[in-house]
Amino acid sequence: MNRARTGRLGILGWAYAGRFGVERYAYLLHRITGLGILAYFLLHVFVTSSRALGQGAWESVMGFLNKPVFRFGEFLVYVAFAYHALNGVRLILGELGFTLGRPGRPVYPYPVAHRRQRPLFLALMILSAALIVAGGWDFFVLGH
Amino acid sequence: MDREREQTAQSFGEEVVKVVRFRVQRFRPEEGKAYVQEFQVPVYRGMTVLDGLHYVRDNLDSTLAYRFSCRMGVCGSCGMFINGFPRLACQTQILELGSDTVDVRPMPNYPVVKDLVPDLGPLFEKHRTVRPYVIRDPRELEQPTGEFLQKPEELEEFLQFTYCIKCGLCLTACPTVATDPQYLGPQALAQAYRYCKDTRDAGMDERLKVAAGTEGPWRCHLAGACSEACPKGVDPALGIQLLKRLALLRRWRLKKPHRPAPLAGERTGVSRRPGIPEPPPPTVESEGSASS
Amino acid sequence: MREATLWTLHLAAGIVILVLLAVHMGIMHLEDILAAMGTGYPDPLSWTSVVVRSKKLLFTVAYVLLLGTALYHGLYGLRNILLELNPGRVAARVIQWLVLALGISLFVLGTVAAIVAYVR
Repeated sequence: MNRARTGRLGILGWAYAGRFGVERYAYLLHRITGLGILAYFLLHVFVTSSRALGQGAWESVMGFLNKPVFRFGEFLVYVAFAYHALNGVRLILGELGFTLGRPGRPVYPYPVAHRRQRPLFLALMILSAALIVAGGWDFFVLGH
Repeated sequence: MDREREQTAQSFGEEVVKVVRFRVQRFRPEEGKAYVQEFQVPVYRGMTVLDGLHYVRDNLDSTLAYRFSCRMGVCGSCGMFINGFPRLACQTQILELGSDTVDVRPMPNYPVVKDLVPDLGPLFEKHRTVRPYVIRDPRELEQPTGEFLQKPEELEEFLQFTYCIKCGLCLTACPTVATDPQYLGPQALAQAYRYCKDTRDAGMDERLKVAAGTEGPWRCHLAGACSEACPKGVDPALGIQLLKRLALLRRWRLKKPHRPAPLAGERTGVSRRPGIPEPPPPTVESEGSASS
Repeated sequence: MREATLWTLHLAAGIVILVLLAVHMGIMHLEDILAAMGTGYPDPLSWTSVVVRSKKLLFTVAYVLLLGTALYHGLYGLRNILLELNPGRVAARVIQWLVLALGISLFVLGTVAAIVAYVR
């Protein structure tokens, strides 16, 4: 694909096409966390299926994974889940048109519907931050 | 030089407030490489970016190509990428930007014809595919015998989306359009919703076949940038989400298509006031007189 | 309207995952906080607790349900992201079949493992 001919921003356009509201970056983070969780999850199915092979297999796999690197990776997955899940609640409500209000008259200053769900967005992000803090406490303070 | 600038500004009947640096992206297809050219532009109160480009073309470089028509935010010709945001050049005042440099580039996500002129072909092509018109018995549409009756509150349901001027700024803001040329895009999808919701229309399911297909509203992930970029308050993001909802309800048969608006009957008990001339004859030939 | 069906399932799966994965994450990662409050299993990854959970029908059913919905939700999202990269007609078809095959094979693997652990 010839960038000069089509003028398309390409994959960098997912991240930046001007200075927009926070939702455009929330979209990007939703995508990244989703891909991260999926990558972990596909491996996770393999790893946890080892329980079918009995105690020996399970304990050797868990022993291998009980390293600080993997522990930290697991925490990242937890963080990604906390964000992806609560942002996903906002997206489901918004995409089904529940939190965006009704079409109005375009009278200056123009209403922008997705700003109407900002309070919900803020509340969900505070909740997700609280979950991340609780998880971090459990992972790094109580867990060791 | 300074005197000359002052004289030009005075010819607009305004005093020069400051001199601003215009960084304009130039592109000639025969050279094939874009570069940035700088111009010093004197600015008076109320001067728009479009006025600045006029100044450059008239006084500094007559080869600068840009597209404009109405100069008042109605025609949708002068969409540009100005200081990191997609805007209409005619509706953006230089002093409101609050910067001593004005960065003007052609709209991203479109092929560039020359300098600041984008090729809006992809936009119109997508717009056409969602059938942005009332689908109904063609005889009544071509040989109208009366008006379709629509209540004001039915109009309010889609009025906002009718204000689209097809400037294409929303496609510049959209992240999905940045990589996916097949995606119908915010403009076309908002118009699809507008006609699906129009009570005079009877072609909702027919239109949804294209407008709610694989490249339809499901490619939207509620980034909301299109609505922020829209210079007319059309709010395409809202239109797309409502279209998703409509398509979903139709898919699972949870909503029936609306009955098309009835035709207004013959007027009775009124007569033409004296002195008011008769309307001109219809311009569309009636079926009987049509040749071949 | 095929895409409308797939998208509805994506949303429905998202809601199921929200509930089940929240429980899963709570059991697995907030275990010390829950234990401090007097509930939950301490040390959820030890072999004994794995066996205790694997032998419960409720957990087995929930595992399989979560596996299916999570695979669908995640792989539908991956397919969308890949298709939005405009891979071309043929590549798009290949991507969709690969994603479907990956999903089905992992679902079979996880379900078999859950059933083996349940009946053993």
